Amino acid sequence: MQHVSPIREPLVTGGKTYHDITEDVCRQVEAKPNARWAIAFGVSLIGLAIFFYSVYRTLWFGIGEWGLNKTVGWAWDITNFVWWVGIGHAGTLISAVLLLFRQKWRSSINRAAEAMTIFAVICAAMFPVLHMGRPWLAYWVLPLPNTFGSLWVNFNSPLLWDVFAISTYFSVSLVFWYIGLIPDFATIRDRATGPIAKRAYAILSMNWTGSAKSWSRYETVSLILAGVATPLVLSVHTIVSMDFATSVIPGWHTTIFPPYFVAGAIFSGFAMVLTLMIITRKTFKLEDYITLEHVESMNKVIIVTGSVVGIAYTTEFFIAWYSGVEYEAYAFINRAFGPYWWAYWSMMTCNVITPQLFWFRKIRRSLTATFIISIFVNIGMWFERFVIIVTSLHRDYLPSSWAMFSPTMIDVGVYVGTFGLFFTLFFLFVKFFPVVNMAEVKAILKSSSEVPQGHHNHANSMHGTTSESTIKTHHNE
Amino acid sequence: MQDRIKYWKGIEELDNTPEFEKNAHNEFPEFLPVNEAEGGEANGKTRRRDFLKLLGFSMAAVSLASCEAPVRKAIPYLNKPVDVEPGVANWYASTYYQNGDYNSILVKTREGRPIKVEPNPSSSLTPMGTSPRAQGSLLGLYDNNRLRFPLIKGKEAKWEEVDKQIKSRLASVSGKVAFVSSTIISPSTQKLINEFGARFSNFEHVTYDANSASGLLQANGGVIPGYDFSKANAIVSINADFLGTWLAPVPFAKQYIKNRKVDADSPSMSRHYQFETIYSLTGANADVRVPIKPSEEAALVSALYKAITGQGTATGAMADSKVLAAAVKDLQANRGRALVVSGSNDPGVQAMVTAINAALGAEGNTIDAAPMYVKQGNDADMIRLINEMNAGSVGAVFFYNANPAYNHPLAAKVVSGLKKVGLTVSFADRVEETAANVEFVTPDNHYLESWNDFEPKKGFLSLAQPAISPIFTTRQMQDSLLVWNGSNSDFYEYMRNNWRSVAGGGDFNKFWEKAVHDGVLENGATLLTAKSMAPASTSVKTIKPSAIEAVIYEKVSIGTGDLTGNPWLQELPDPISKATWGNYVAMPRRMAEEMSVVQGDVLKVTLANGQSIELPALVQPGQANGTVAIAMGYGRNLESMPVAQGLGANAYPIATVIDNSVLYTGPVTLEKTNSTSPIAQTQTHHTIMDRLVVQESTLAKYKENPKDVTEYIRVATHEGPAKPATISLWDDYEYKNHHWGMVIDLNSCIGCGACTMSCNVENNIPVVGKAEVLNRREMHWMRIDRYYSAVEHEEKDYATMEDPAENPSVIFQPMLCQHCNHAPCETVCPVAATMHSSEGINQMAYNRCVGTRYCANNCPYKVRRFNWFSYANNDKFGFNEAMNSDLGKMVLNPDVTVRGRGVMEKCSFCVQRVQLGKLEAKRENRRPKDGEIVTACAQSCPTEAIVFGDMKDPESRISKTLARQNGERAFHVLEELNTQPNVTYLTKIRNLA
Repeated sequence: MQHVSPIREPLVTGGKTYHDITEDVCRQVEAKPNARWAIAFGVSLIGLAIFFYSVYRTLWFGIGEWGLNKTVGWAWDITNFVWWVGIGHAGTLISAVLLLFRQKWRSSINRAAEAMTIFAVICAAMFPVLHMGRPWLAYWVLPLPNTFGSLWVNFNSPLLWDVFAISTYFSVSLVFWYIGLIPDFATIRDRATGPIAKRAYAILSMNWTGSAKSWSRYETVSLILAGVATPLVLSVHTIVSMDFATSVIPGWHTTIFPPYFVAGAIFSGFAMVLTLMIITRKTFKLEDYITLEHVESMNKVIIVTGSVVGIAYTTEFFIAWYSGVEYEAYAFINRAFGPYWWAYWSMMTCNVITPQLFWFRKIRRSLTATFIISIFVNIGMWFERFVIIVTSLHRDYLPSSWAMFSPTMIDVGVYVGTFGLFFTLFFLFVKFFPVVNMAEVKAILKSSSEVPQGHHNHANSMHGTTSESTIKTHHNE
Repeated sequence: MQDRIKYWKGIEELDNTPEFEKNAHNEFPEFLPVNEAEGGEANGKTRRRDFLKLLGFSMAAVSLASCEAPVRKAIPYLNKPVDVEPGVANWYASTYYQNGDYNSILVKTREGRPIKVEPNPSSSLTPMGTSPRAQGSLLGLYDNNRLRFPLIKGKEAKWEEVDKQIKSRLASVSGKVAFVSSTIISPSTQKLINEFGARFSNFEHVTYDANSASGLLQANGGVIPGYDFSKANAIVSINADFLGTWLAPVPFAKQYIKNRKVDADSPSMSRHYQFETIYSLTGANADVRVPIKPSEEAALVSALYKAITGQGTATGAMADSKVLAAAVKDLQANRGRALVVSGSNDPGVQAMVTAINAALGAEGNTIDAAPMYVKQGNDADMIRLINEMNAGSVGAVFFYNANPAYNHPLAAKVVSGLKKVGLTVSFADRVEETAANVEFVTPDNHYLESWNDFEPKKGFLSLAQPAISPIFTTRQMQDSLLVWNGSNSDFYEYMRNNWRSVAGGGDFNKFWEKAVHDGVLENGATLLTAKSMAPASTSVKTIKPSAIEAVIYEKVSIGTGDLTGNPWLQELPDPISKATWGNYVAMPRRMAEEMSVVQGDVLKVTLANGQSIELPALVQPGQANGTVAIAMGYGRNLESMPVAQGLGANAYPIATVIDNSVLYTGPVTLEKTNSTSPIAQTQTHHTIMDRLVVQESTLAKYKENPKDVTEYIRVATHEGPAKPATISLWDDYEYKNHHWGMVIDLNSCIGCGACTMSCNVENNIPVVGKAEVLNRREMHWMRIDRYYSAVEHEEKDYATMEDPAENPSVIFQPMLCQHCNHAPCETVCPVAATMHSSEGINQMAYNRCVGTRYCANNCPYKVRRFNWFSYANNDKFGFNEAMNSDLGKMVLNPDVTVRGRGVMEKCSFCVQRVQLGKLEAKRENRRPKDGEIVTACAQSCPTEAIVFGDMKDPESRISKTLARQNGERAFHVLEELNTQPNVTYLTKIRNLA
């Protein structure tokens, strides 16, 4: 019961039918892996091997394999952690918040975005564990009942809040993602020919029958999970930011951090979704589902969040000056003009200047430009965390302890390795899971599909009168 | 009413024997069977009281045997040795003396192994603290690279064989017999050497010091004047680093600081002028410091000589120096309270200094009648001997604590001369440069394994007693001499007999026991006589000015090279440059800019004789223009010093020999090479950036208003400025029993690093090596921050602030865990591994730590240290001997855990000592006495800059200091953060002219 402006661009182009959607999406799962996929997956596996090697070095010899020192106790590890968590933000935002706001354009990209979220959070979660001096005792940060007497976790510590925030976010995102996959798994199950595929997708689809009751429950659960997940979009990065904001280190101890971090997370998350989407739509020929309209909508979000972080950077500087606190003032001067000036200006260029190009419609709708800018934003957001963490720590209160940080090959290896981990998971996902949410795309097909010339009648006769329930059964074909 | 029922502890109590009475209140009542010798009165039968014990033992034995990793090398005491109680430390008075560095010490032993060196409070020379070298010397005892047996021509030999051969060779010796040693201040050793020499027709005992004071001795008739800095109101020092390396720094530091401590009641302190080439520790403490070239030294002293005595001539720029005029004015205004010292080895310069002091009425005031003996080396004697050796007229030569093949400027001639000597013997403890060129190496014991006596100053005797029996089959030099002399007595007997002459009347055994117990005898009795020297004239040896004048100097931690193999001392940063592990070319910034050299660029240093060495450059503010400085003691590629292999280069060849005097300077040329070699510094940012983390003021201001010297940060509130501590989100801790705290007087801290070293030893702090220091990962819990002053600037200009001035003043700030009452580290640990004790100590539970390093990041003082690797039992850190070899591990303090990898650590306020002190007090049913519990850093500080105590006790020294200094000099670092530290600093006061 919604009014859709007739001048709005269609969300699905190419005059797709329900069957076309099923075919287009399932083709990737059912067909033999193509060469491009195999090469990409192979490269990812090399990355994963780098990850395992770097992790082995870290675990076997100690954190000393990294470039950290007595002054800079966190550097690439937590930078990568925050960066990956930030990337993991877009998925939930697209799935949950946009679902609640009934933003239909989310439908074709939410699946991949959510998958990206989950994989990004997995990558992120590696770092809090790996950065520990004794990762084999990582479970001590959980408030487990124990036989050690009165040993208990310290609820004052933001790191502990992180543990709860990240684990909650991860579990909710995972459940949300999986619930959404169930009807599509059922579609694949029903089309599957091989016995293994049949059995596997049967298990994954949890015996989905497609009955009206199932659909009703599905919708309800999705809505509830969306409701649960929405606050998480705000909470996760708020809490991550508190790791810094509650400390006493100049450059960290800043009340602006929670909103600034959330905006930054959405910013980087959307950038990463764009990067991946542009590749996926090209490789899997999903141009009709992931349209320029999608890209443009997302670019608008990037302008907004990019401007928010830009204002946050400026505000930090203003407050550092206005507060009259010597240490704070120095921390910011040092960011911009100290030995790590290049990191600061990389961040400013990538995060504040480049996204402003999206004010131009032409750029906003250019795939190439979007792809390049999305990469810029990803780089910029990595530098943002690096700037916050390293340049604040390396020159804090006592000048006697000031030091420089330089990464080792193992630092680089772990970071590059998480890309290997991420893409290995992502390529497995695109091969074996439906990358576009068929059920939901079908649901918006009626209202938002492009109706090509000459297909008018066909489309109307086929779908215009179809009831909701027939649509749903439709994708079991 | 019935009497209270009384239960006996045992049949002994019922009998109430005198034996029982005596032992009833001891912690370990001797009559308990736990101490009984095996098969004592029990006749091998199991006694009733042992039943549970044996039951427990068999249970433990059975379960232990089932464990996978049995303890292999623990040997139980079947028979408890006398005086050894497991878990209770024994202390032995002893003495550390090496190259002038004299310390009367107490050696702490646990289960028979020495584990710590502390100052001996009975000594009046060094009652308060030790030098960092004395602290570090302990590790030498457990050095695997010491010789384990004597050598004949480099091959292992038996002592009997060595003795037989040396005795027969000595019997038929022809030519001169020479005994070469560094300064010996042991009267009994001196006597023994003389007796040994008496057998030969031509014997000479040649004393020479690697860092010689020959000139000073010549100017004063063979002894060192009894300087007393405590009486001096005006001090002028020319190139004498008397707080760091010159003569006997520890006694001097004690004297010096006595007149530097200020109090509102007596706001006075000495004024100290320092003219020097290198930036020395002493220069860092001076009120006025002027950089001078070595070639200007003589002119400067002449000018001073002329101004004070009216004799001689004064020419040149030095004579017109304004600072010199001010110094002269101060000296003359303080006649009888003035002292001039010079580090020059030129007898002419020293003769002038002696005359200046005489003219200033120093005799009997700032120079007391009792001379010092800590350096007796005679350059001329040694040079003559080297020539004789080369001429082939020496029949036998012995080297004791002497390594001229390395540390003499004529080292090459020593080596060639040794080939022409019939019998060559070295007592070196390892195969060093000289020992490698001799026929017999008869390794001496470590000083902690030896008996010895010392007389550093006339009338101040001290003893050394072994704290452990020799670990290897080494033999004390004196015992070797006795054997070769055919004597049946050992050196202990010899020395004991020698001391009969100072015992006075009464029972000698009692006297002796007391002397050994106290470690010192200071009743004026004297045993040592110094060789007299012909007085020197005031004519100076001319050092020709050259484009670049190089000086060589002793590093505070390493000395002349005997300690180069000691990893603890290698990692102790130089007090000024903060560089560890190796030497370097310290050059003034102007020279570096002219040569476009940046720190770490390797320079080729070409000496006058064409020889060259390559070393990295270190830009040293305050280094005199046109000069460079290189530390002694490096460039030793010895198998017996594995940790020093490849470190630095040998600087001794730079020294020049003029008229039989060794001057530690020489002309060099520098050439930039293409390679770089980074210098491992523990501090890489050198200025204070106008921050209030360390505070200083002037004496004039202090006199005017003592409340005006310290700046206190106030936070603006609606009720006006408030103390940060009064605005808080947190509840304060309530301390019911004790509240431990520390006060560090920046006016007393000379920056020597003894506290750092002492802390390292006490707390089993690992050595991480040069590579890891370069990675900024040194583990020191206690560090001394050194800040150079920046050039004068008005506006806040960060570039100017970062730049040390050309001749900056220096301020030291010992920095350790501040034990904040509102500790930022405590709130952020996710597993509560660091928390606050009920006595105000910020504690680390290593077992609980998972290693997130959040605490270290959030520490504003950056005092937390992380175990990046496993430093124990890890071949990669083999140089960390104290944790990687079975022998080295003997040095570990059993009261302190060796931390594993991945764990955070930091200063614990020596919680093991706090606990021990409380337990002892509890056992005696009393409160701990003030001063009874003291941290390692405070105990080892030679200037009492650190006071530790209970702030709950209003009568304690710390409470009184805090009460007195509150609002005057007491301040907390970063008070505005409201961390409320338990460590308080006192503002440094300078007596600026």
